[in-house]
Amino acid sequence: MYTASDLKKGLKIMINNEPYLVTYFEFTKPGKGQALYRTKLKNMLTGLTIDRTFREGDSFEPASLEEREMQYLYKEGDHYYFMDNETYEQIVIEEETVGEARYYLIENLNVKVLMFREKPIGVDLPNFVNLKVIKTEAWVKGDTAKSDYKPATVETGYELRVPPFIEEGEVITVDTRTGEYVTRVKG
Amino acid sequence: MKNWSLTRKKGILWRRAKIIQSIRGFFTSRGYLEVETPHRIPAPAPESHIDPFSSEGWFLHPSPELCMKRMLSAGYEKIFQICHCWRKGERGSQHTPEFTLLEWYRVGRDYFDLMVECEELIQTLAGELGLGDSLQYQGHQILLESPWERITVEEAFIRYARISAKEALRKDRFDEVMVREIEPRLGIERPTFLYDYPSERRSLARLKKEKPSVAERFELYLGGLEMANGFSELTDPEEQRRVFQSEILIRQSLGKPVYPIPEKFLDELEEMPPSAGIALGVDRLVMVLLNERRIDEVIAFTPEDL
Repeated sequence: MYTASDLKKGLKIMINNEPYLVTYFEFTKPGKGQALYRTKLKNMLTGLTIDRTFREGDSFEPASLEEREMQYLYKEGDHYYFMDNETYEQIVIEEETVGEARYYLIENLNVKVLMFREKPIGVDLPNFVNLKVIKTEAWVKGDTAKSDYKPATVETGYELRVPPFIEEGEVITVDTRTGEYVTRVKG
Repeated sequence: MKNWSLTRKKGILWRRAKIIQSIRGFFTSRGYLEVETPHRIPAPAPESHIDPFSSEGWFLHPSPELCMKRMLSAGYEKIFQICHCWRKGERGSQHTPEFTLLEWYRVGRDYFDLMVECEELIQTLAGELGLGDSLQYQGHQILLESPWERITVEEAFIRYARISAKEALRKDRFDEVMVREIEPRLGIERPTFLYDYPSERRSLARLKKEKPSVAERFELYLGGLEMANGFSELTDPEEQRRVFQSEILIRQSLGKPVYPIPEKFLDELEEMPPSAGIALGVDRLVMVLLNERRIDEVIAFTPEDL
C-alpha cells in the first residue's frame, strides 16, 4: 500500500484495476493549507494521460505487474526487440509502450519488462546507465564565465545537459529516473 | 570535479549571500534589532497542516514565531530574524524540509503596513542587485513599482475560479482551487498581495473588527510563487487558546501527532501590544530575484545531496 507521500515520477499504481505510471509529480502546499500532490498519470494499457491531485493521507495500491528479466537487442522502425534471459524467447514492444525508456536503450542492456495479463506494457530500467556522448561543443579551457551546463547528444539520440568539461567520445552516467547527468566514467 | 552540480552554483550562491546581506542592511537601517531564538523548542504552535520534526522529545522549530512574539510581549518593538526552519514531508520544486525563513515583527502596525514594507524591501533588494524596477521571472516581466496589486481572497475566487471561497471551504476544496486555479495567476505582471483570509484559515491572525468572517492575514505572490505570509497578530490569549485547540482537533481527526500547547507563549501573550508580523521564504525570494525555477538551484545542498 502506498500513501500520497510515496508519490514520485516513475511510480506505478493501480486505479480501478488498471495500472498507471506517474509521469509528472509536483508537491504543492498553499500557505498554511494542506499538502497536495499533483500528478499526471499515464494509463499503461491505453496510453491516455489524466491529471490527478492526491491529498495527504490518500492511499492506493501498487500496480501488480509481472516483471521479466530481459535483454534489449535492437530496434527496427518503431519496434524494439527484447530477449527473455531465462527462456531466450524474443518479444517486440512498440515505441509508444517503450516510452522514455528508449532514451537509454543500448544494445545488450538488461532491463525488466513489465507484463500485465501476459502483455508487455512497459520497460523498467536500471537507475543508472552509461552512455557515450556523440555530440557536444568543445570546452574552451580557462573560460570561467561558462560555468554552466551545455547541451550534448548521447548514442541513443537523447539530448541532455552536461558539464562544460565533457567532450565528444566520453562515456557518462545518466540517472534514468531524472534523465540528468550524474558523473563522467573514467575511460 | 566530482560534484559539478555544486561547483556550478558558485555564482548563484555569491548572489544569494549578497541578497541576505542586503536584507540585513534593510532592516538594520530601519532600526530593527536582529535576534536569534532557539531552533529546538518544546512546543511549536499547533497548526493542522504543519508537521515539525521531533528532536529528543522537543521539536525543530517550523518557524521562530512563538519566541519572537514573546520578545514583543517583553518590550522589543522592532525585531527580525533570518534562520533555518524545518517542516516534515515538504519536498518539491518549491519546497525543502529544511529552509531559510526571514521573519520580522513590528509593534503598533497592522497587516497593511507590512504590505508596504514588503514592497520597499523587495524594491531595495532588486535595486542593490542591479535589477532595476522589474524582474524577469520564467518568461514574465514583473513590474516592481508601487503600489502592488491587492486582492482579497473572496475577489480572487470570483475572478479566477468557478467557485466562491465559501463554497470551496464547505466542499473541502479550498486548497485545491487555490493551488490549481488561483496561485498560478498571482504576481505575474506585478506582485500580488492576497488578503483577508476566511476565518477558518486565520492561523495566528486577528479577525477583522468590521468583518469577523475574515482574518487580517495576507500572502505575497511573485510569479505565481507564494513568498510570504503576514498577519495583524492575534493578542487575546483566550481566543488564541481556542484556535490552538481547534487546530489540535483537526490534527487528531487527520490521525496526526498532537503536540503540547505552548503555555509560556499564551501566558505572556496578554502583554503583547498590537503588532504585525510576517514570515518570508528566503530561498523562494532568491529564486525569483535570480530567475531560477527550482529551489534546488539556490541552495548549496538538497536533502538528496547529503
